Amino acid sequence: MSAFTRHRRSGLVIANFTGFEADLLRSLASQLVELLRNEEAVPHGQDPFETLMDFSGPTAEPEDPVLARLFPTAYAEDEEAASEFRRFTEATLRDGKAAAACVIIDGLEEAGLPPQLEEDGMMIDVELDRPTAETWMRSFTDLRLALATRLGVEQDDDAYWESLPDEDPRAQAHDIYDWVGYLQETLVRALA
Amino acid sequence: MCHHGDVSAPSPVEVEPDLSSDEMTVVATPWVTIVWNDPVNLMSYVTYVFQKYFGYNKKKAEKLMLEVHQDGKSVVSTGSREEMERDVQAMHEYGLWATLSRSE
Repeated sequence: MSAFTRHRRSGLVIANFTGFEADLLRSLASQLVELLRNEEAVPHGQDPFETLMDFSGPTAEPEDPVLARLFPTAYAEDEEAASEFRRFTEATLRDGKAAAACVIIDGLEEAGLPPQLEEDGMMIDVELDRPTAETWMRSFTDLRLALATRLGVEQDDDAYWESLPDEDPRAQAHDIYDWVGYLQETLVRALA
Repeated sequence: MCHHGDVSAPSPVEVEPDLSSDEMTVVATPWVTIVWNDPVNLMSYVTYVFQKYFGYNKKKAEKLMLEVHQDGKSVVSTGSREEMERDVQAMHEYGLWATLSRSE
């Protein structure tokens, strides 16, 4: 299984993915970008002028549970302060997370991942400088949070996931969640 | 799908590295940033974030990470309300579950 390591001489963080792995990572990152960009951060009214003049950010917690976890409520006991905080931060946070996921997509494609994976036996070798590797590491967290929220992952529930039959789609999704966790663990180690 | 904008990492705040926790309490600091446990974030990653963003040494970062993991939460920084809002936003950038509140 592929993992991140730090190249001793260049200091670059490197990983060798199979075409399948690189394609899977790209697909996860793309879905995150879509989610971050597609669900309207600010529900707009009907009036086109009003819509044009509305520069404010969202004030209510996102309905999608993944987005609610990515953008948690900052004040537990002060609804008004929480709304204000969200209004001033959520759009920036969304852009930052989407841009970070795009760094993964671009990195894989620059390393040779074609738009459509067709060829068998292809290897994608990525070499990341430190800031880029840190961006990947940060985005892996978002991908894992998204997968975990969809799956309903809880503390110390490994036995449950292992008990599922292999053909259960949730077991397969959980394997991918574990894999991204393994990648992130090796990436943290390569950077530490 | 991806436009090529700048991706800026959360900028580390400037923390007096040699300020002990005893000295910190002397300063009037009515707000705190709390990081809460979640079943997803890796212990190694949380430690890395505390070192990188707050500039804490490994020992202190690991202590805070273990508090989050074992006690369910930990106060990771103390300061003005504005400073704590910055810290909470940075923690959310890193995918950690953080809130701020008045210090008790």
